[in-house]
This record gives sequence, structure tokens and C-alpha cells, in this order.
Amino acid sequence: MLKVLFGRILTTIPALIGVVVVSFLLTRVLPGDTAAYFAGPAATPQAIEEVKKKLGLDRPLPEQFRRYVVDLSHGDLGQSLTTGQPVVADLKARLPASAELTLFGLILSLLIAVPLGILAAVKQGSFIDHACRAIATAGVSLPVFFTGLLLVYLFYFIWQISPAPLGRLDVFASAPPTVTGFYLIDSLLARDWEAFRSSLAQLALPGITLAIFSLAPIARITRASMLAVLSMDFVRTARASGLPARKVVMTYAFRNAMLPVITTLGMVFSFLLGANVLVEKVFAWPGVGSYAVEALIASDFAPVQGFVLAMAILYIALNLMIDLSYRLIDPRLESTT
Amino acid sequence: MSALLDVSGLTVEFATRRGIVKAVRQVDITVAKGETLGIVGESGSGKSVTSYAVMRILDRAGRIAEGAISFSGLELQDAPESQMVDLRGREMSMIFQNPRAALNPIRRVGEQIEDVLRQHAQAGSADAREKAIDALRQVRISRPEERYRAYPFELSGGMCQRVVIALALACRPKLLIADEPTTGLDVTTQKAVMDLIVELTRERGMSTILITHDLGLAATYCDRVVVMEKGEVVESAPAAEIFSAPKHPYTRKLVRATPRPGIALRDLLPDDRPAPPPQSAPVADAGAPLLTVSGLVKEYPRENGNIISRLLRPAQAQEAPFRAVDGISFEVRRGESVGLVGESGCGKSTTSMMLMRLLDPTEGMITFDGENIGAIPAKEFARNPMRSRIQMVFQDPTDSLNPRYTAARAIADPLLRFANHGLNLRSRVEELAQLVGLPLELLDRFPHQLSGGQKARVGIARAMALEPDLVVLDEPTAALDVSVQAVVLNLLADLKAKLGMSYLFVSHDLHVVRLVCDRVIVMRGGRIVEQGSAEQVLEAPKADYTRELIAAAPHPPVQGG
Amino acid sequence: MSAAQEGAVVRAPSRLSGLLATLGHARYVIGGNPVTGFAFILLGILVICAIFGPWIAPFDPLASDTMAKLQPPTWRHWFGTDALGRDIFSRVIVAARLDLTIAVTSVALVFAFGGLAGIAAGFFGGWTDRIVGRIADTIMAFPLFVLAMGIVAALGNTVTNIVIATAIINFPLYARIARSEASVRREAGYVMAARLSGNSEWRIALTTIMPNILPIMMVQMSLTMGYAILNAAGLSFIGLGVRPPTPEWGIMVAEGAGSIISGEWWIALFPGLALMLAVFCFNLIGDGLRDIVDPQRRT
Repeated sequence: MLKVLFGRILTTIPALIGVVVVSFLLTRVLPGDTAAYFAGPAATPQAIEEVKKKLGLDRPLPEQFRRYVVDLSHGDLGQSLTTGQPVVADLKARLPASAELTLFGLILSLLIAVPLGILAAVKQGSFIDHACRAIATAGVSLPVFFTGLLLVYLFYFIWQISPAPLGRLDVFASAPPTVTGFYLIDSLLARDWEAFRSSLAQLALPGITLAIFSLAPIARITRASMLAVLSMDFVRTARASGLPARKVVMTYAFRNAMLPVITTLGMVFSFLLGANVLVEKVFAWPGVGSYAVEALIASDFAPVQGFVLAMAILYIALNLMIDLSYRLIDPRLESTT
Repeated sequence: MSALLDVSGLTVEFATRRGIVKAVRQVDITVAKGETLGIVGESGSGKSVTSYAVMRILDRAGRIAEGAISFSGLELQDAPESQMVDLRGREMSMIFQNPRAALNPIRRVGEQIEDVLRQHAQAGSADAREKAIDALRQVRISRPEERYRAYPFELSGGMCQRVVIALALACRPKLLIADEPTTGLDVTTQKAVMDLIVELTRERGMSTILITHDLGLAATYCDRVVVMEKGEVVESAPAAEIFSAPKHPYTRKLVRATPRPGIALRDLLPDDRPAPPPQSAPVADAGAPLLTVSGLVKEYPRENGNIISRLLRPAQAQEAPFRAVDGISFEVRRGESVGLVGESGCGKSTTSMMLMRLLDPTEGMITFDGENIGAIPAKEFARNPMRSRIQMVFQDPTDSLNPRYTAARAIADPLLRFANHGLNLRSRVEELAQLVGLPLELLDRFPHQLSGGQKARVGIARAMALEPDLVVLDEPTAALDVSVQAVVLNLLADLKAKLGMSYLFVSHDLHVVRLVCDRVIVMRGGRIVEQGSAEQVLEAPKADYTRELIAAAPHPPVQGG
Repeated sequence: MSAAQEGAVVRAPSRLSGLLATLGHARYVIGGNPVTGFAFILLGILVICAIFGPWIAPFDPLASDTMAKLQPPTWRHWFGTDALGRDIFSRVIVAARLDLTIAVTSVALVFAFGGLAGIAAGFFGGWTDRIVGRIADTIMAFPLFVLAMGIVAALGNTVTNIVIATAIINFPLYARIARSEASVRREAGYVMAARLSGNSEWRIALTTIMPNILPIMMVQMSLTMGYAILNAAGLSFIGLGVRPPTPEWGIMVAEGAGSIISGEWWIALFPGLALMLAVFCFNLIGDGLRDIVDPQRRT
């Protein structure tokens, strides 16, 4: 297994190289005056000249790329003009907020979508099947920022059961001591029930928004792959040898049907990390997405680049985990590295 | 003998997009204790549906509309599902076509057998493993302790079928239904599997239903044979009588169409359609070599994972490339038809692809009419004038027709590239259609509007369009029903007689090769094991492997034609 | 060979009957699935708005009227007015053109480039396949919306760049589908038969492989059209691409976002609904088309 793990980590290298090259291209080579971008909108010509020197933009491209990679390897993504902090420090401080939100949304949607997809496939043509198909089609059509606003209007303005959509905690609660950076977990560890309640209340709406967004693709692929597996020969063998319906569906069909679902999770993560940006803007969530959006509006270029690169590396890591868990289920891949 | 299974008046309906379809109508079948019954029919005859109805595992669109199924005194047609779950696997079990797909791909085979044993309380958690290993041992799997931990993808097709049999017999049921258990397996594996099934079921006094499209196979292994056509039983007779004295016209047609020793090609056709034996037109310099193959080799590099794992591995660990074809030499003469026979993986298809110049050989010469065409890269051969002289008829008539072309367009395709411009295409296409017996009104249809036999004719007409000197026939009837096969084989023989070309007939079926070929080449593991005249190779084989192949082909109790 | 010669083989009635059969099947599918019929009606409305929007709209979408700002829906202003007193109904209608144009252009771009690259990769294999695969993998290594943000930020904040970014992030999807469909067919019997008939590889790729893949690609086009609209609207929601006061659904929702908390729901709701219906419509049509093209792959 260790060898497989090592082998899989090695295979992410081409993707990492690709990501670094693309982000270098986006930063330095494309049309537009990079130095002006980096110096900010209010910079004087001298300041731009200075930035140009500092960034090494007056040097040949290969030299620029070498310096870019060297800086990267030191964890240097430049300075944010808005916050005055190194971009890496900003991202590090804000990443837990985004991760907590994304994972909360994903787990919520898995808990609903997977059983829904299975039921729909097993009871094909029933009410629940039609409901699943309707949700799958309607769900992918919902713009995530629109769902978020709709939920805010209903739960905050009309029914007033939700706190104002501003951040991770309401103004009176204080953050629990940082262990994981996830407020839900940290407040439980500190037995701070008030902080737990408050952070859960704040997390609920954006989390549900993300869950609604990712519900559709997961339910759809679960249903489809379950249907495909249920019509396979080995399911017929299992039925013909008298295994009860529960055993056939759960042990035989479900484990096989999970394989395409796990593969799809990669795509779902891609969507989620993007949707996260929009949801964070709607709920003023202090994560990396809203950080990037604020920087965009201020034409502060380094944080945006840092954000894109960080998300890509995170996404590659997530895909690596998906790939490894796929291998845990499917023995057919064990023999190939 | 009393009846173990008694099916009477069974009608099965399917709800389809075109309304209710009766797949099986008023079928009566009885199976006595210890009897082996064969149910024979061509595709769509309802033979599999009947057995699914007995097991009550019809898919959700199907239902038993009428009739009674009585199994050792129990009425199954409306038994509750809980009772059926109890019976399946314990009292009656089933094995399927395509054994690899019949097993859960991500569960160890031993665990799959255990599931069944535990379900039917034949084993507890303490002895389940022992009993599962024992079940594997019973089906003659060597090293059963090791195989217990294997996944289906690690086993060969024949081995998977043994596991499926072990699974089916683990709880010692009274009835075994085998649905095309050997279709897709090689002939030697087929014999081993069938022998095993017969031996185990006889030993235990079980009843067996063998469902097959192969009348010869059924007659060889069964006590009694039921013939089905379009959802109905047309005849039921002891196996010994079905070949010698078929009563129903459909059975007669099936019997006649089944290739078997001691008959001629014309005997395959129904007796109401007498045809004169093919008149051989004199071939110019018949017997002169047309195609000479010498020292032909095709190597494939072994799959070594990705670049990184290849870099990590020491150089000496790089395996030698796999030789699909390992130095073969033979020739095909003008006007001759040569059979290339072997089991799957023997290299016969790779050889034919190289001769067709669709694949480049690693070594060796392919000399066609004096020119070494093996030296011309496959990519460039399409523009070579030689291209028009070597053509091919493919195995699967559906797959070999472009779904977007009408029959006429498909037949005209080679003419559009090679024929001279003055040609009246439409009349040439009609001429070809007449040659292969394709009704002209079908020419403007698309493949999905044609039957299997009609599609085969389109494929043959296309191959004949340029009047080639050599036609490679790659299992041209393997995907066809036996009655259609009879017609197509005769058509091919007639065309050869009329047009005077040479055939290279690639096949796994010795009975068919005997009917069509003048000379036979037997291949195994990329090499030629034996070659000679058809009579000599098939009647007095020299190589052990040829003898094994001949012995493995089913030998129905025949009485000539 | 000339086209006339080819025409001589295929009789006109067969083409016609083939077309009729397809239409018949389409009618059967739509008849069996009224939702698809509904989606086509919706599409018709969208297209009419996109073409004739400025003439249909009762008000000038850019004209502000401070006397009538933040009005809830009335008979005069069906969808109400925004903070500047602009008529939201007019703005929603006029915005259809911009949103659809972005989606159609980007999908057409990626259909041409991704589709051709995928067919070449799948059919020819070798280094073509490696290059196309590497490009697709690199794009796929990014979360797609995030990459689109990065591209628009780097190329400059314009509508054209939104179109380009949307096309780029959809490239892997098209290239992969075309590649897998082409490589399945590479060894198909009818492709080998085409080689035996003396057709060159390029001719086979263009005349045999491509027409057989086209229907599958069309379905994909319809499905990604919805995604393209969402993507463009998402980008303008965070302030990229389209700039105010241009009417565009995403930016209109963004403009209304602040007022939601104080209860002015109509400013964000109507453009949001329009956006949703447009995406919904393309998804339904995509599903319907898939049923027509490939009945086995129904889900």
C-alpha cells in the first residue's frame, strides 16, 4: 500500500508542473502590464518601474520562471496591497473557514443525495424516483448565489430564524481557541456550547446552499450507476442464488455503484471550490474565496494569483485522496501502479 | 421417474414501449428427477425467459401472465418472494453465460460462495471458509485455498465458470438451470465445463436444464431435448431421436443447419430448397501461389504501467515483448480456400489483420502476387492499388456497417475510391446486391432496419465489389443464428465458385471449417501446430492439439444428413 | 470521386425517409415527455427575447427614474424597480441577448476546438493524444470556476475574455468525450471496412467518425450551454466581465443582493429566476436530446 501511495503521489507531479506553468503564464506572460497590476491602480509610473525591477520583469522569461519557482518553493506568493500581509499568511489564516464550509456542505449533501439516489434506483418509477429526477434536473439549474440569497430572504428576513449572514460567529460570541481552525470542532473540544451553537447557526445557511448545489450531481450519478449495476449479470447471479434483496442491494450492488460516485466526487469538488467563492461573497464568509473577490475588486493581483494556485494544489490533493479511496474499494486497480 | 419440475401453460409478458409483448406463450415443460433436459432455440425464442420465469427472476418489466410452475410439489407462479429467496440457491440454482460478468467483480470468489452458504444456513461463521474451499475443490479447481482469495478478474473465463458452478452447487440443489453456460468459451474449455456439469449433477442425482442455441451440444449432453421457436415449444423428443427423426419442420430446419461430421455444405440448407452443388468456374492458373507468408512475427510491448514506475524498475526487469504471432509461414493458392483454426488468443486474428494490411508485422514477409506487401506501411496501404485485391468479411455484421450509411452507400464505398469514373454506380451496386441475394428494395435501408442475415449480405457484397483475388473471412458467421449461418456459408461457397477467388477462412469451429475449406492450418500460441488438406487434418490429425480440438467439439448422435 | 457520383448511389427518398424517421422518433420522444416540449417553448421565448428584446421591453433598461425607485411589482412595473428606479422587467428581457450570446459563442468555440482536438486524439492516438490529454489534464487540475476567475483577471475584465475563459474551462469535457467516442470507433468494424475500401485516415476521421460522434456532441452542447450561462453569471456576480449599468442577469442579482436583507426581494429574484429558467431549459433539452440520440443511456 505504501508503494502504491508513493506511486500515486509521483503521478501528481505532471499536474503540479502544469498548474505552476499555467499560473506563471497567467501572471507574467499574458497581455496587459503585469507590473501595473501588481503596483495597484493608484501607482505612479516610478512605482510601476520599481515593481517591475522588484519582480524581475525586465529579465528574460526563463529567468523569470526560475525566480517564480524559487519564490514558490519558499512559500512566497507576494504581498497583498489591501491587507499589507504576505499572501500566504492571509490564505493560511482564512483557509480553515472555507474548508469548514465546503466540507459541511459536502457531507450534508452526501448524507441526503446518496440514500436518495439508491432509493430512486431500487424503486424505479416510484414517487421517490420522480422526486430524485426532478431534484437532479432542477438542482443543476440553480445559480448557487441565487439559492443563497433566496435562503437568506426566507430564513433571515421573513421567518427570522437565522442570524444575519455576516461571518462565522455572531457579534457577541467569541471564537474558540484554535486547534483545527474549524469552529464546530474547536468549540466542541473547548466545551464552549455557546460558540458551537453560534457557529452552527452561521454555518447552516451557507452550508445548505452548497449542499443544494452539490446534491444534484451526486444524486444523479448515484441513481444512474445504481441502475446500471442492478442490471448487471452478477446481480442476477446473486438473486438466483437466493441472497435477500437487502444483501443484493447493499453488499453486491451498492459497493460497485460507489465507484463511479467516487470518481464523480472529483468533479463535485471542482464545482464546490468554485461555488464556495460565490457563497462566501453572499454570506460575507471570511474565507479564501471572499478574500480573492475583495482583491479582484481592488485590482490587487497577487492575492488572486495566490488563491488560484492554492485552490489548484488543494484540488490536486483532493483528487489524490479520491483516487486512493477508489483503490481501497476496487481490487482491480491494486495490481497496477 | 416422477416430475421434479412441471411447467404448464406458461405465458410471460413484457411491458415495452410498443405495448405488451408475449415473450413466451403456453409453454409446457417437465423435468424428471435426475433428468437432463435441453431447451434449444435461436435468439428470441424465449428459452432464457422461460428459465427466468421458473426462478422468478424476470426483470421488472416482465411478469408471468398465465400458467402454473410446480416444483417438488410447490406452486411457484404466485409463491411469496420470501419463499422464493429460500428456494433459490438451495433447491434450484442457475449458471449463466459470460461467467466473468456473472461474478461480483470486487468481492473475493470465496466470500461470494460463503454468502450463499450462510444465507441458506449451510454454514456458520466457523466453518463457512472450509465449506467454500470445499465447494471450489469439488469443481476441480486446483489450489482452492489460494483461489478462495482471488477476485474474478484474476481468473480465466473457464475458471470463472467453475466458480459459478461451485456457487450454484454449494447448497446441493435439486435442479440446476444452465443458461448458455459455454457460449463464448473455447471449445476445449467448453468440453471441460460441460463434462464437469454432467458429472457433478449425475453424481448427486440432480436434474438439469441446459439452455443453448447449439442443437449439437444439447443432443450430446442431454437425455431429452425441447425445441422452442418464437416463444412456443414446437417439439420435445429424446436426444437420440431429435437428429435422426425430427418431426416439426422447424426442428428439421435446425437439424439440417447444424454443421456436423459427414455432410456436405448443401446439406445445411432446408430440403425444400434444393440447390445444385456449386459449379466451379475454371480459375486461371489455379494452384499457383497467390499469397505467401514467411516467418511472420507480431510483437507487442508488455504494459509496464506509467513512465514513473517504469523508471523505478531496474532495466533487467523489463519483460521481453509478447509475441502474438511467433514466426509462421504458409501459402494460399489461387482459387483455394484455406481455414485458419485455433482458440482465442492463438494469434489467428492478429495474423488476418496483418495479411489485410491493417496492422504492421514486426518481422517476416507477406508476398502477394509476387510483391512483398508486408513492407508497405499499413497507413499507406489504403492508397495502394493492391488494396482493392485483398478484401475482408467481418465477424460482426452489425459492427462492420456504418450506422449512417444505407446498404447501397456501404456497398458502394470501395467503388467510390477505386472504380473508374465512368462506372454507373447504382447499377453496379444493384448487380452486387443480386449477386449476394439481397432484395433490391432493401438497398435504401439503414443497418438498423436490416436483419442479421441481410447485414451479413451487405458486408459480403461490399467485400466482393472490387472483385478481389483474396478475401479474408473473419468468423463471418459467429454472430449469426445457425439457420442464417447455413445460408451465408452456402452463399460464400457459391460466390467463390462463380468469381474464382481465394478465401482465408478464420474460425474456431472445426465443423464449419470442414464444410468450407480445402486446406486447414491449426494455430496455437502464435505458432502453426499443423497444416494440410482438410481431410487429412480433420480425419487423421498428426498433432496432439488438433486431436484434442476435434475431440472437444460436440458429437451429436448423427445419422448422416 | 465526386459528390454527384456519391449522390447517385444514395437515392433521395432514402435521405428523406431517414430524416422523417428521425423526426418521427423525435415527435415520439417529445410526445412521451411533455417536459421536453415545454423546454422547447421556453427556448423559443428566450430566443425571441434575445433577438427582439429592446423592442419588447416597455421601458429603457438604462433609464433611471429617481421618483420611482425601489418599487415592488406593480401593474406599471411588473417586476418592480431597482435602487435607481430602473424597470427590472425591461432589464431582465434585454439581458437575455447578452447572456445567450456569451453562452452560444463560448460553446460554439469549444465545440469546434475541443471536438476536433478530441477526435484527432482518439482516432490518431500517439503524440496527438498525449498533447491533447496533457492540455486537458492541466486545465482539469484547476477547480474550473476558479480557473475562469484567474483567466479573466489576467486577460482583462471584458466580456470577450469571459467567453474565452468559459470556452477554455469546458475544453477538457469536449475533448474527452470526443476522444473516447472516437477511440471506441477507431477499431470498429465499419472503420476497418472503410480502410479496406481505400479511404485515407483523414477522410475516415472526417466522413466516418465525425458524423457518428456528432449527435453525442450535440447533446453535450445543450447540457454545457446551461453551465456556460451559470459560469458567466457567476463571474459577473463577483464583478468580473460585464460592468454596470449593462443589464445582465448575474450582475442584476449582485445589485439586488444587498437589498435582500432589508426585504426588497424583487430586485434579485426576477433576474435570478430568469437565469434559472434559462439554464433549466437547456438542461431539459439536453436530456430530451439524449433520449432521442441514445435511448440506452436514459437516466
